[in-house]
Amino acid sequence: MHTAGCDILSDKKYKMETNELNAWFGSFQAIKNVSMKIRGNLTTAIIGPSGCGKSTLIRCLNRMHEVTPKARAKGRVLLDGEDIYSRDVDPVEIRRKVGMVFQKPNPFPTMSVFDNVAFGLRANGIRDEEFITKQVERSLRQAALWKEVEDNLDGCGAGISGGQQQRLCIARALAIEPEVVLMDEPCSALDPIATSKIEDLIFDLKEHYTVIIVTHNMQQAARVADYTAFMYLGELIEYSKTKRIFENPEEELTEKYITGRFG
Amino acid sequence: MSPRKAYQEELDKLSSRLEKMAGMTKKAIAMAVESFERHDMEMVEKVRELDERTYGNLVKAEKEIIRIIALHTPVAGDLRFIATSLKITTDFDRIVRYATDIADIAERTSEMLHFKASVSTPHMAEMAVKMVDLAVDSFTKKDLSKTKEVFELEQKVDSLYDEIFREVLTYMMEDSQKITMGMNYQFVARYLERIADHACNIAERVVYMETGERVRM
Repeated sequence: MHTAGCDILSDKKYKMETNELNAWFGSFQAIKNVSMKIRGNLTTAIIGPSGCGKSTLIRCLNRMHEVTPKARAKGRVLLDGEDIYSRDVDPVEIRRKVGMVFQKPNPFPTMSVFDNVAFGLRANGIRDEEFITKQVERSLRQAALWKEVEDNLDGCGAGISGGQQQRLCIARALAIEPEVVLMDEPCSALDPIATSKIEDLIFDLKEHYTVIIVTHNMQQAARVADYTAFMYLGELIEYSKTKRIFENPEEELTEKYITGRFG
Repeated sequence: MSPRKAYQEELDKLSSRLEKMAGMTKKAIAMAVESFERHDMEMVEKVRELDERTYGNLVKAEKEIIRIIALHTPVAGDLRFIATSLKITTDFDRIVRYATDIADIAERTSEMLHFKASVSTPHMAEMAVKMVDLAVDSFTKKDLSKTKEVFELEQKVDSLYDEIFREVLTYMMEDSQKITMGMNYQFVARYLERIADHACNIAERVVYMETGERVRM
């Protein structure tokens, strides 16, 4: 496995790290000895064919993998140097710090735009409505959605367009001030214009957050990611600066995949 | 035809066109120098025809490259191949332009006598053609060992150019009647030296295409 292009920094510069991470669904091993260091305030893309383990990998980064019945993980996942799988770590707290946006926009259908974004804050016990209102606006601005919904915050969260719903989901994740934002194919259900807006947003987000995005769209990875990891059959094959991966990959398998010569 | 097959076919078609241009380039150099040596006006016209045909192929190659980029978004090795192809078509065009310049000199000097045995100029032309041959071979066969040969020959061509320059200067200083023809020998040698530089450019780009590393010789 080649990690050329990943500068060796002090560990403090890495926001997250996996160390010999393995994951299973029952007896099926989905992730095999994946070790990678993810730099903070950058966007890292994970690419690979269907079934390669990329979604499973990011679900291990916020302990969502174990929510699936018969799923388990082994190995270390560090967030700011601390192992998130330690016994004394609260998985809910991890999921607050490491937020997630899913492939299909999933705003709470019975809640308003405002309440969708406020939900996480209220669920964490925050009652100060003035603070909540400020956070909702801040999050919607960060998600580049505020101008489109500010006059209709009481409108139904599911009543806006697909692209707007996805940005609403991003705002919802940002409201509880995560440190890392995981995105699992966030644009695959969106049209090109909505996709373009989300990609612009991803570029802006890394100023304040660390973004890890799973995508099957290689051109998207090339456009938005600073670093790209290529996975195949549960293994990390190559992980390097995006420029390197798309201009001159080290591994023949990577070259075959990104030039469309797989299979 | 499936998109993947269509893509591969377009890459292969581009490769063939570049090979064709390479063939025209080598022919143009050889014919141009021969037309100068032998005052052969028929050959001069053939060089000019090759110039037109090379330019026509340059335009077609560029269109093919733009289409491949627009429709297929090539990456990695394919992208480096495309980038290299775009650059070397220009090198081929420049080489044939220099050959045409030599043919123009052949026409201008058709009534003049050669005062040298014309040994050095054909030898320089031979080396220039060999360099273009090796550079193109390295491109089509992806053989980096041939690029090393190109870089070695470049040194020899430069030395030969200096030699011709000094020798012809001596002739011109001895006899002012030889100045006009002498200047034309200088121009021909200069154009051959520039052709050799372009062969070097092609070899440098092949190194980039194969390794992703940029070299300058």
